[in-house]
Parts: sequence; C-alpha cells; structure tokens
Amino acid sequence: MTQLLLAATLLSVGSHSAVAQQEKPWDKIPVPPLREFKPQIPKRIVLKNGIVIFLQEDHELPFVSGYVLIPGGSRDEDPAKVGLVDLYGEAWRNSGTEKLDGDAMDDLLEAKASSINTGGSDDSTYLSWDSLKGDSDQVFGLAMDLLLHPKFRPEKLQLAQKQEATSISRRNDAAAGIAAREGGRLVYGTTSPYGREPELASIGAVSVKDLEDWHAETIGGKLVFAVGGDFDPVAMEAKLRAVLEPLPAVKANAPRHESFSSPKQGIYFIDKEDVNQSNVAIVGLGTDRHNPDMATLVVMNEIFGGGFGSRLFQKIRTEMGLAYAVGGSYGLTWDHPGLFRIALSTKSASTVAATKAALAEVDKLRTTPFTEVELKRAKEQILNSFLFRYDTRDKVLNARVQLEFYGYPENYLELYKAGIEKVTLADLERVAKQYVDPAKLDVLVVGNAKEIQPGLDAVGLGAPKAIDITIPMPRGAGGPNAQ
Amino acid sequence: MRMGIKPQLGTLALLSLVAPLLLSQDLKSFEAKTTTKVLANGLTLIVCERPDAPVFSYATYVDAGDVNDPSGESGLAHMFEHLAFKGTSEVGTTDYPVEKVALAKVEVANDAYEMEFRKRVGQDPAKLATLKKAVTEAQVEAQKYVIPNQFTEIADRNGAVGLNAQTGLDNTIYYWSMPENRLELWAYLESGRLADVVPREFYKERDVVMEERRMRTDSNPIGRLVEQLAATAFVAHNYGRSGVGWPSELSQITATEAMAFHQKYYIGSNIVVAVVGDVRAAEAMPLLEKYFSKVPGGSKPEEMTTVEPKQFAEKTVVIREATQPFFIEGYHRGDYMDKDNSVYDAIADILSNGHVSRLYRSLVRDRQIAAVAQGFSGFPGSKYPGLFAVYAVPVPGHTPEEMREAIHAEIEKLKTQDVTVAELAMFKTRARAGLLHGLADNQGLANQLSEYQSRYGDWRELFRELDRIDAVTAADIRRVANQTFLASNRTSASIEFESPNTGGQKPAAAPNGGAR
Repeated sequence: MTQLLLAATLLSVGSHSAVAQQEKPWDKIPVPPLREFKPQIPKRIVLKNGIVIFLQEDHELPFVSGYVLIPGGSRDEDPAKVGLVDLYGEAWRNSGTEKLDGDAMDDLLEAKASSINTGGSDDSTYLSWDSLKGDSDQVFGLAMDLLLHPKFRPEKLQLAQKQEATSISRRNDAAAGIAAREGGRLVYGTTSPYGREPELASIGAVSVKDLEDWHAETIGGKLVFAVGGDFDPVAMEAKLRAVLEPLPAVKANAPRHESFSSPKQGIYFIDKEDVNQSNVAIVGLGTDRHNPDMATLVVMNEIFGGGFGSRLFQKIRTEMGLAYAVGGSYGLTWDHPGLFRIALSTKSASTVAATKAALAEVDKLRTTPFTEVELKRAKEQILNSFLFRYDTRDKVLNARVQLEFYGYPENYLELYKAGIEKVTLADLERVAKQYVDPAKLDVLVVGNAKEIQPGLDAVGLGAPKAIDITIPMPRGAGGPNAQ
Repeated sequence: MRMGIKPQLGTLALLSLVAPLLLSQDLKSFEAKTTTKVLANGLTLIVCERPDAPVFSYATYVDAGDVNDPSGESGLAHMFEHLAFKGTSEVGTTDYPVEKVALAKVEVANDAYEMEFRKRVGQDPAKLATLKKAVTEAQVEAQKYVIPNQFTEIADRNGAVGLNAQTGLDNTIYYWSMPENRLELWAYLESGRLADVVPREFYKERDVVMEERRMRTDSNPIGRLVEQLAATAFVAHNYGRSGVGWPSELSQITATEAMAFHQKYYIGSNIVVAVVGDVRAAEAMPLLEKYFSKVPGGSKPEEMTTVEPKQFAEKTVVIREATQPFFIEGYHRGDYMDKDNSVYDAIADILSNGHVSRLYRSLVRDRQIAAVAQGFSGFPGSKYPGLFAVYAVPVPGHTPEEMREAIHAEIEKLKTQDVTVAELAMFKTRARAGLLHGLADNQGLANQLSEYQSRYGDWRELFRELDRIDAVTAADIRRVANQTFLASNRTSASIEFESPNTGGQKPAAAPNGGAR
C-alpha cells in the first residue's frame, strides 16, 4: 500500500508527471510489515485522596527517576507579582527543607550524581528527582521531604530575584526572542495571564510569605506522580502510598473563565539597530486539543508549515531563498487556545517580499485547493512516524501523565491516530475556511528600520505601529542598561 | 562554532564501588550487541542492536568540517552539507542527463559573472548586468528538471523524525530515526547522497545559508562575540575562521567548489555510519554493505600542516554596543588526543557542573555578581588544539571586568591549591553516570559510537575514556592549571553596554538594578 501511495505522491510534486509516473528506484525497495509492538503501559494507581500515581518499570539502566506535576502556574499569579512562579521554582529547591538546606542538599546529591529539581510553567509547577538505583531510597526520601516540608529562605528568594532580573534586562538583546514574546502578547494582550511578562517591579514585590502561600495553596491540588526506571513496583507503590496516603483529599481544579479574542489585522514594528535580518511573526489565535477538528488541523499544519515539504518551506526557503528559518502552524494546546503563528527571518532588504509571500500562503489555505497528493503525503508523514510518540518507556509514561493532568481520555493517542486516518480533502477545505482568516492576523516585524527597503507600508496593511519594549524601571532603582 | 552546537561529553563523572563494575558490564554487553565492519572502500559500518521498539536511528559521521575549507572558501563544508539534502542523480530530478548539462551551464555562466564581479580595475557595470542575467537564465533552465525537496520528502513520508545535519569546524554529521522496516530505504537514500550528490539549486541554497549566518552570527550579540573571540585567539590555524563563512567568501562559493570538497573528503575512509535500534547485524550488514560500497574509496585526505603557534601576548576584544554586558575568555590547550584531555574535563566539571561547582558558588551564589558562570573545552573545536573557555553573564549592575577578576580568582586557586578529595571523586562519579545515561537513547548512541569510532578508530574508547578519567589526580589538575592559565596564553572578549545615543563618549553605565 505504501508503495502505491509513494508513486501517487510523485505525480504532484514534479511538473513532469509523465516521467514521474515511471516506477522510481526507491519504489522497488521492499517495505516489510512493521514488527508488532505493544508499548508497555505504566501502572496507574489512584489513591483515596485523589492523588494519581504512574509506575513505569525499565530495567535497562540502573537509574530511578520521578516527578510530580502540581496544578497551578504563572497564569494563576497575582498580576502585581508576575514572575512569582519563576521565583518559586528557583527558590524552592535552592532553599531546601528544615532539616537540610539547599546547599547541603546540593553537596549530598551531586556526590552521588543524583539530582532533585523544581520549576514552573504557565499551568503547573513540578518537583523531579533522579538517582542511581542504589541511592534511590535516600533520594526519594529527600524529594518527598522537599515536597511536603519545604523551608523557603530569604537569601534564596533574593538570589532567584537577581537571576530573574538578569533575564528581564537581557530580554531585548536577541531579535528572535523579542519577536516570539511580543507576537504572543499581540494576540493574548499584554495584561492577560498568557501575555504578561515579569517586570523588575513585579518580581521585587514577591516575598517569602508569597512563596509559602503559593506552596500551601497548590500542594493541595490534584497531584500526578510519575516514577520510572529500575525498581521493584510492589515496593515502590508501598513507599509512595506510605508518603501520600496520609495527605488530605485533593481539591479539584477550579474551572477557568477566560476569554480570548483575535487580532484585527494590524502591522507592528520594533526597531533594532544591531541586526541585518528581520524577524517576522504573523500571529493569531489558535485552538485547544478538545477541538473536534483537531485531526484535520494537524493535517493542515503538516501541509502548511510542517517540514521540508510544507508549502511555507517550499515557497519561502527552497523556491525564493529568502529564509533559513521559516515555519508555522495553527497552534493546539491542552487547555486554552494556542497561537496561530508563522515565523521567519530574512535579510532586511527582503522583509516585505518575504512577509507578503507568507501572507499569500495563509491566503492560499482558503483559496488554493488542497490536493489529494498533499493530503496523502501529510497523512503518511504523521502516521508513519506515529510510532515515535511511544517508542520509549519514558515517552509512554510522560504521555500518560499529560493526559491525566489535562483530563483527556487515556486512549487519546488511538483516537488521535484514527482521526488523522479519516481526514478528507473536504474536511481540509472546510476547516481552512472556518479557522484561517487573514483579517484576524497581526504582523510583527523586529528589524533594522534603516535597512528595510521598501518600508513596511508596502506590505499593504497600513502604516506600521511601533511597539515600545523599553524595560520599565521600578521607582528608585537605576535598573539595568535599558535600550 | 558548530552550526547547531553540540557539546562533547562535557559533563562526565564516580565514587562508589558499584559504578566501575556496572561500566565493565556495559562494555561487555555492548560488545555482544555491536558489530563493526570496514568495507573495501574504507567506510566503517557499526550496527548496535537495541531491539526494544521497532525503530532505528543512524548517524553518518564525516571526518571533515569547516576547518578543511580551502582558503577563500570559508563556509564550504557547511554549504556542502546543505547540498546533501538536494538529492541525487535519481532522487529530485525529472531527467538527470538533461539536468546535468543545464547545471554545467550554470557553472559556466556563474564563473563568467564572478570573473567580472571580482575585477578590481575596469569592471563594466553593463557587462556585469548581462552576465548576471545569463546566470539567472541558466538557473531557470536547470530548475525545470528539479523536484524540490524530494529527498527529504521520501524520508518524511516514510516516517523519518529528527531529520537533520550539523556541520562544525571538526566534522559533519547527518542523522535521523525511522521505523525499522525502512532500513533498506534509508540505506538507499543515505548511501545515495554520500556517493552521488547533485549540485542542484545551489545558488538559492547559498542565499539560505547567508540567512543562517545573519541569524546565528550577524544579528546575535553572542554570535558576533564568539566569532571575534576565535578570530582573535588564533593567528594561523583555521579555528580562527568563521565556521559558517565570512560573508564575502560564503556569498561567492560555487557549486564546483562544493563538489571538489565532496570529491576530496566524502570518501569511504573518512566516513563512519552507525545504526542503533531494532536492527539485526547478521541480516543488516550485507544489505548495508551493498549500498554503502557505492561510496568512492581512496586513502584519507592529507592532514593540514598548520599548527597554531604558541601565543605570547595577551589579547582582548571589546564590543561596545547597546547590548547587555557579557564576558568570555579562552586559553589555548591541546587537542582531544592530548594526554591531559581528561584533566581538562576535570577542571571544567569542578568549575562548572551544577550548584556545587566553584564558579556557581563563588560568582552566582555568594558574590551574586553573575547569573551564570561556566568553563568548557572544545571551543571552537577539539580535533585540533583549541581553547579552554570560561564565561560569565553579569547580573544587572555588574561589569565584565568584575567577571574577569572573579574568574581569575577561581583559576588562581586551581593553580595554588589541590582540589579536594570530594571534588575529584564527584567528577569521576558524575562522568560514569553521565555515560550511563547516554546509553539509553538510540540517536545519542549512534552519534557517540560513530564519533568515537572516527576519532579513535574504535568505538570502545567511549567506555575506556573512563579509565583516563579515573586516573586524574589533584596534582594533575594543579599542573595543567599552571601550564594553561597564563595571561600570555589568554584571549578575552567582552560586550560593554553602550547606549546608542552616547556615540562612544560615555562608558557603559553600571547602575544598581535588580529587585530586592
């Protein structure tokens, strides 16, 4: 079957279909049936208090590692204290516990080539651990002590604040970073939980008490544990139960009430004098994975911006030679709308040409019919590489944790795969028309105004509006070397 | 610098009595499942059986990189790597015999254009425009026979993931992963592009690589800085040259030059191909041999004569611009075969690895003047004598000069006091654990097996390196620190913030920032 599809695919790619119809050398290479493979499914344990544990044995190497995901992340911070979760993630591990401060913990763990880490993201925080098998009881004990009995120390908060201030002061140095950040802010808004940024004032407002309160609040949420590696599952389950069963019943995640709106087709500009290349971001609102059209959107993404064969790559890189980095997708995230984002970088002089070419590709999603060949190629690409979503025990474990954490069915991967198989040309056409609307996309250019000729007016979206990315200085502070 | 930096076994590290035992077991178990074969053309094949899931990963390691670019052609090895994705006489063409003629015409037209373009006296603009037009027309004609990106499309449609390549100064690596039932298809594609690459769409791809240079180097403050550091530290060796290529040279590389590079360096004796995963050597080896025997044979290309002369003067580069401050310095050291190679690994580990490291504890934790501070080897390469580099990222309000002083204080300690027993033991423990961790990943293993096979002639050195690590003593560290960390052996590079409005008048302000 695959060989048939391969031959058919050739028809569209080349302009000389008569030649392409001949059987090519690679068509003659046999592709035997894939060896049957049943990924090892981790054991799922639900405690009476609602905590969920996954155990994934893997005896190849003498390591044991694990992590716990804790609901609640930077999107849930006090808007006056944006950056709190970053500081919490840093200060938690560095502070240590009552019995063992973070520095002593470093000494103890590093001598064993072990680690315990903490951190945070927009929707969660985590604590992870890893050690050689022989040290795993001790390291597990330390990790659980840190989880349940942290002692936040002011000097470690201050250290984290200095580190965070460093990254704030440096966030305008690299153009690609500016484009990624400000592109997201154009869509979500600069004050939204998904668009706001830590500032010197907001991180300065965070106290040790804030970290303690955050910990006390989130640790009661629906925790999901994952442990993988070289352990005895009965003993490991008993150890986890002994620590976790005494905890109170978990609090359910509060429903989220968020509203999102699309941009209104503006063009924005950020001037950067030290670059000879423009970073262009075309941004709009995407969707989440509950969307019933997800499979079709995934196939559309593959055709549009997925890889070497995608429309964006073929046009802007291969055909026009205008970019090294170019790609895009209609973003799908777990529990809130992602970004529809196209990103490319091109020399200053070709900024307008490359931007127009990318916008034209967006438009073509609605106007140029998808072909049978494009559909087949995208499906083959997704389905033939599907195996790599679960080819290691770690990947299977992590996937299970993610589904549990976001409340998706455990056969999600199977449903996803079946969905991809069913996508038709009619689906693609309908979905492109429904979801892709050039009038709901903003264009952002970060580049060197003196070099961009013709100017951005020539994109045809009106005069570009400047975005001020000056780093606000807190009152009384000299602040970093702002540019 | 590697386009797509990949540090070499930087974080190595043991102490307990358990680990040495584990490692010797590991070497034995790897010997049982790893098969090596050198083909008649000199190409080495490695098959490592790891049959958990029905997938495999491969790495093709070519012992040639941008350090081998001829004079005036910096960026050539990397440019060729891009060409290796453009297909063969069978893949990516509608009619190769006709295309071949058309491609030859592109070269003739381009040569004529370049001849006129480079004229220093009497360049004729009208003639130049005519010649340029002729080049474009020849390209348009050749393009008619191209099926763009067909090579990668075949791979993608057959389930390839992680498809990519990297060119460094020392080497070029090609790699991806695929379902196991595509092994023969992969062997066809990979051997095809090694043996039978066609320089199609070369000049558009050159524009793409120019964009890559703008992205990584020209428009990136750290990219600009490290290019200057290498260019300043090396006066004779090609490690001082831009890896991606100086703009004037990169923009004039021709397909003819790329093919000459291919002919010289892409020969069997210069290539190791490692396959790791659900592959059985008994069945796979004959199949792989059939395909990879197509790669031309020949003896290894001659080694370069240049050896970087001993540095005798301290050198400093300062970039003054509206970018946050940064400091890095480098000291010349021996190559990866140097008897003290593992001593440098020990120094890098003790200075840099984790929150117990000396630079973290001193600059980051206690003095709170840096957000990050680390030392590492292998800049800009490690095949030839390169640099041991140390860098620090100042927190707001602190200067590169403070980084320099604080780093020197730590280096001075290495010269005057023995590292502790605990530090040395920790280095050895972490080296072992690091190696073990790396054995669980098909792609990582393929990369390492091919690299060690190419660099030492035997992949087992990956494990034996630990013996050299175990042999490192505190006295070795002091000796090497004293011979390396000399002012006369140092090149430093820093970014000093300068407001765009001061026009070079005022030194960078260093106000007190941050949050308290």
